Amino acid sequence: MKTFKLGGVHPAANKLSDKAPIVVAEVPALVAIPMAQNLGAPSKAIVAKGDKVKVGTPIGEPGGFLSSFVHSSVSGTVDKVDVVEDATGKKVPAVFIKVEGDEWEESIDRSKDIVKEIKLEKQEIIDRVKAMGIVGMGGATFPTQVKLTPPPTAKPECVIINAVECEPYLTSDHSLMLAHPEEICIGVRILEKAMGVKKAYIGIEANKPDAIELMTKTAAAGYPEIEIVPLKLKYPQGGEKQLINAVIGKDVPSGGLPIATGALVQNVGTAFAVYEAVQKNKPLIERIVTVTGKSIKKPSNFLARLGVPIQNLIEAAGGLPDDTGKVISGGPMMGKAMPDTNSYMVKGCSGILVMRNEEARRKEASPCIKCGKCVQACPMGLQPLFLAVYSEKNMLDAAEEERIYDCIECGSCSFSCPANRPLLDWIRQGKPKVMGILRQRAAEAKAKADAAKAAAK
Amino acid sequence: MLNVSLSPHVHSGNSTRKCMAQVLVALVPALLWSFYQFGIGALIVTLSSVAFCVLFEFLITRFLLKTPTTVGDLSAIVTGVLLAFNVPSNIDIWILAIGALFAIGVAKMSFGGLGCNIFNPALAGRIFLLIAYPVQMTTWPTEAGYADVATGATPLALIGQYVNGADVTIPSIVDCLVGNTGGSLGEVSAIALLLGGCYLLFRKTITWHIPVSVLLSAFVFGFLFFGFDAKLAVEELLCGGMMLGAIFMATDYVSSPMNSRGQLLYGVCIGFLTMVIRRYGAYPEGMSFAIFIMNAFTPLINKYVKPQRFGVVKK
Repeated sequence: MKTFKLGGVHPAANKLSDKAPIVVAEVPALVAIPMAQNLGAPSKAIVAKGDKVKVGTPIGEPGGFLSSFVHSSVSGTVDKVDVVEDATGKKVPAVFIKVEGDEWEESIDRSKDIVKEIKLEKQEIIDRVKAMGIVGMGGATFPTQVKLTPPPTAKPECVIINAVECEPYLTSDHSLMLAHPEEICIGVRILEKAMGVKKAYIGIEANKPDAIELMTKTAAAGYPEIEIVPLKLKYPQGGEKQLINAVIGKDVPSGGLPIATGALVQNVGTAFAVYEAVQKNKPLIERIVTVTGKSIKKPSNFLARLGVPIQNLIEAAGGLPDDTGKVISGGPMMGKAMPDTNSYMVKGCSGILVMRNEEARRKEASPCIKCGKCVQACPMGLQPLFLAVYSEKNMLDAAEEERIYDCIECGSCSFSCPANRPLLDWIRQGKPKVMGILRQRAAEAKAKADAAKAAAK
Repeated sequence: MLNVSLSPHVHSGNSTRKCMAQVLVALVPALLWSFYQFGIGALIVTLSSVAFCVLFEFLITRFLLKTPTTVGDLSAIVTGVLLAFNVPSNIDIWILAIGALFAIGVAKMSFGGLGCNIFNPALAGRIFLLIAYPVQMTTWPTEAGYADVATGATPLALIGQYVNGADVTIPSIVDCLVGNTGGSLGEVSAIALLLGGCYLLFRKTITWHIPVSVLLSAFVFGFLFFGFDAKLAVEELLCGGMMLGAIFMATDYVSSPMNSRGQLLYGVCIGFLTMVIRRYGAYPEGMSFAIFIMNAFTPLINKYVKPQRFGVVKK
């Protein structure tokens, strides 16, 4: 069975909700839809207090090239445009909507029929994806239309679908595959058409045998160009570079774009959202989110509308346990710890993980014993212990020489350190500084070259 | 109140203490064999060595450094057992105390304690004793007991004499494998040490890189240096400190290189140096010196030998 070549760790899977069916989460009386739901520039609100909206009405437009549309997930009246705290506690603008009924935009096809024929052409698909506010659903929330428009020098060869779900606890992708295999395959085919390629792979880790079987059967029945690739269990297989390496055996060059390998990677949730956008004209207004944790009464997979309070989802899964020590948006390896549960559902939220008190605290760090376990674990072939020391001592030249800029912040180093050293914390201090120096150096070199060119004229 | 910290939010559960405990478990087969082979002497020497090492570390942290004691990480016990494994089973207790003081006091704590030492403490202790008390350190008992036991030459010394043309019988491969020979307390049974090594590999405490490269390189150079005699080369692997060194001493986390490429280079150099010293040096035994020398090269190896990078193509 395939996997990526360097490093990796094996955190306990704890997929508590992998047998839980998808439950439609209740729509509350008031939702708050944040305007910063994608990587890049936040969206700009285009509605005002008192405006009537339906499900699917655009309420935010892109605030730049790397940005997205946001649509109303409910029908009702705009209550106010205010700020809310996102999962990390940062204040972001949001549109509050008082819910009245559940009236959808007429353009949206709400029938249960699966639409197989892809009528739109390449550019129409990309435009539709943009208009429907699709972003990367794995958690990175990269605006999908930008990813579907690679630089003209790129030579796309295949689409790779990330259905790895290597983060412990999370099961949203898994439950999606079990519920909508055919729609996913059509979504993949739409992505192929948008990229002008005729080959696709769906990478699934071996701990989801039912999903592998179902997807293989579905693909064989009508989508022969889609190959299901079972992958050997190893974190961080869902990292874009690691997934490409595992599936087609190529390396994304350091500092380069993944498309340099000819592969376009999209999350399986994105493929489904693309299907709904292109075939059903449905904007991204809801997603599957896993609410889980060892003390959570009913670990669940909810289909939740954007803007639903996180608190409501936790209540629906049995409430916040008394022994709660930490609440994480996303998985335990790369997710973000929330300062409180007052934030709202967004496009990139694949899971809410509630950790117990005793799980929530780090053990005290002791001196590094140079065991090299972080070096063995690093999927990028770095030496985290040195990177951490260089960051701590502000030795940025040394950090650059040790390629701190290649770090994908997967956390495998901190996870495996027997001395409990906060390696990634330190690396996160040094990495942006080195990146800043690199950018400055590139800008200076460009300015110099331009000046030389101007002088030559 | 919720806890907030950066990811990752989970940990493997591994700890320094667990790593050291795994090494101790891996040392058990060889320890049991030494009890069988050398009797009460092995027990006395091992217990006193561990006691001295732990005591010295405790006293140094408590009264000299005035820092919280680090005895709990079990590394002093590992050093104690390894030091005992590297001395004859009839060594005087006071000599052992000096060795333990050198290992813990000089080689480990004066550099800053576990993680900061350049040299493997147990090895430093052994080499100090070998130079300071050469007679006591090279008089090996050939029977069980502690005081007044019969002593004799080790297989390595015999092989050395044999290669130089003396008329001696060298022990059989089976005896060397099982440990039915004279030698330092814990080094005689190759099988027991290999068993411990398999456990360490199975628990992923160590990787194969150092032991395999040491043994392969020692075999190749042994074959070259000992007259292209494969049987002698194999005996060289099974006798003396080779197995103990390759599996337990050279793999010491702190004093060995960080990445697998560096570890392979380190191992090959150790195998080569060992066979050079054994064949052409004044000592029949070369393992400890070879590891000691390569310990000194570890920072240099770390500086110049980088791991395989992801996404970097050599031009």
